[in-house]
Amino acid sequence: MATLTVREALSQALWEEMEANSKIILLGEEIGVWGGTYAVTRGFHEHFGAERVRDTPISESAIVGAAIGAAMTGLRPVAELMTINFAFSAFDMIVNQAAKLHYMFNGQVNLPLIIRTPSGGGRQLGATHSQTPDAIFAHFPGLRVVAPATPRDSKGMLKQALRQNDPVLFIENATLYQQRGDVPDGDLTVPLDKSVMAREGKDVTLVTYSKMYYATMKAAEQLAVAGIQAEVIDLRCLRPLDMAPVVESVKKTNRAVVVEEGWMSYGVGAEVSARLHSECFDYLDAPVKRVAQSEVPLPYNQRLEQMALPDQEKIVRAAKEVLYV
Amino acid sequence: MKSKQEFLGGYRRMVAIRRLEEKSAELYQQGKIGGFLHLYIGQEAVAVGMAAAITKRDHVITAYRDHGVAYSVGMPAKIILAEMLGKATGCSGGKGGSMHLVDPKLNFWGGHAIVGSHLPLAAGIATSLQYQKLDGVVVCMFGDGATNIGYFHEALNLSKVWKLPVVWLCENNSYGMGTAVDRASAVHSMCQKAEGYGMANACVDGMDLEAVYNGVSNAAAQARSGAGPFFLEVQTYRFRGHSMGDPERYRTAEEIKHWQDGDPITALRKAIVAKHKGTEAELDALDREVDDEVAAAVQFAEESPEPADAALWQHVYSESPNGRA
Ligand SMILES: Cc1ncc(C[n+]2csc(CCOP(=O)(O)OP(=O)(O)O)c2C)c(N)n1
Ligand SMILES: [Mg+2]
Repeated sequence: MATLTVREALSQALWEEMEANSKIILLGEEIGVWGGTYAVTRGFHEHFGAERVRDTPISESAIVGAAIGAAMTGLRPVAELMTINFAFSAFDMIVNQAAKLHYMFNGQVNLPLIIRTPSGGGRQLGATHSQTPDAIFAHFPGLRVVAPATPRDSKGMLKQALRQNDPVLFIENATLYQQRGDVPDGDLTVPLDKSVMAREGKDVTLVTYSKMYYATMKAAEQLAVAGIQAEVIDLRCLRPLDMAPVVESVKKTNRAVVVEEGWMSYGVGAEVSARLHSECFDYLDAPVKRVAQSEVPLPYNQRLEQMALPDQEKIVRAAKEVLYV
Repeated sequence: MKSKQEFLGGYRRMVAIRRLEEKSAELYQQGKIGGFLHLYIGQEAVAVGMAAAITKRDHVITAYRDHGVAYSVGMPAKIILAEMLGKATGCSGGKGGSMHLVDPKLNFWGGHAIVGSHLPLAAGIATSLQYQKLDGVVVCMFGDGATNIGYFHEALNLSKVWKLPVVWLCENNSYGMGTAVDRASAVHSMCQKAEGYGMANACVDGMDLEAVYNGVSNAAAQARSGAGPFFLEVQTYRFRGHSMGDPERYRTAEEIKHWQDGDPITALRKAIVAKHKGTEAELDALDREVDDEVAAAVQFAEESPEPADAALWQHVYSESPNGRA
């Protein structure tokens, strides 16, 4: 067992899989000579060479499109988009091509490609560079959308993604790269379709993923001090969405709060809540609550930005509301 | 393309495309083909000349005006028509439709209906060939209109920077839907755009089979040599509307007539008689062969079964989410 940052975990996953499989190539802006804007690929260019670690022009749609073309014809490209906000420049490639071709061409082509990109706000980068549009991408069948929180899951899910044959949007979080955690030694893989119970409890179920996992775990600790035992489910995957552990938990606790960093409307919370109402309505003792970003483009002002983002306090408050305490 | 036999073969394929398109227009009017239908009538020499100039190791990708291209690279008329009729026997089991014809076994990668979206894919296929040190080149066909979308510029630039083995084959038919080139493009010569990327380029008469053949041969030879991409503008014209529901208020009957006087099939017939000692009887025999082929294709398509209900659920993904792990 080693203690790694998310950055180190991702970097190890890529490195180990690239050593094992020469079909894996990386492409993206500043991933080579620079070493990656979040330093995930630092040292890769020197070690694997410019053929496999490809710096690209500022051309998001060409990055993803070329990854698709390469994937169709035998390679395993990992495209890096500098942030998820730039994924909109490649949005057509992602949703009209990557998510469609396997189905539309009747299974005759496979697209074993990964798009790695950091999501999330909270760094005063202004409205266009601070979005958490994860749910939008999870809307499209044909795409897998994962968003691990821990170093362990980051490593295991990235390695798993590099060994399967469908397009994966691998959402990281710009503020989590320094997050530390235990990672088992050896060849670690983690499924791309399984939610997981991260903390056991009996009074209320807190459902979350990615960065909000940490605020939610802290909220659970705070609630424990007040005598409330919260169970935490980390979704890890947004498509396909594994509701089984969530439903199982709610059947026990009878109350749920869904926590996400992005906007509430049409979001992850909306989906989880709707499914809870249809899958275990009779077990619910209170309406499901959602904690999410205020419905505004994130402002630059630090105080205003923090006001708009979900946090530990808001999670605790919501948990108490569904418990009517 | 030198022998009489080769020209007769080209003639036969061009006539087959013409008849196939006339037939599909009929089937569309009968409501048997749905969605959009973009006919290739007038542009036959381009696809046929292109296909004659490349080898089995080469790859082809095109836009939604794809029937003639699919036929030229070897997709049987009956499979094309079956796909257009949405039948289980179509190239994608009826799930792709007329704009998404594809056959990976022919190195024919579609059929793409978002304007310009397949250009980055072509760059990726070429990257794949280059990386795997395969001998093939990619011929990527697109319209004049597609040169105005970002994808075009990103893909051309990337292909030059990476010295990719691509032939960018621009079918300049003077219009993107109802918008003439001079209303949509800052420069009216498509080659000038290639100049912007320092790319080798040429412009040939797309109504002349031999000219297209020579143009593509030369372009492919250069791309194959490792010199990088080649841009080939082909001047052609579509005799029919953009798609089936085109009121055609943007051009005059005189203009259409002018181009129809240069009908590539009529021109080729004359050339075969004048230069290759072909006889009208020989050519008429080929016409009849084609009529039989298309009639059989229509019968095949009409008699083919609909896809099973279960096909709806097939190929959303290629396999279980965790692949071989
Ligand atoms: C991104 C995008 N914008 C608009 C359209 C609608 N559209 C379909 S074909 C077309 C014109 C394309 O013209 P050109 O590239 O010259 O090809 P042609 O139809 O002449 O073969 C347009 C605007 C589209 N399919 N995709
Ligand atoms: Mg055009």
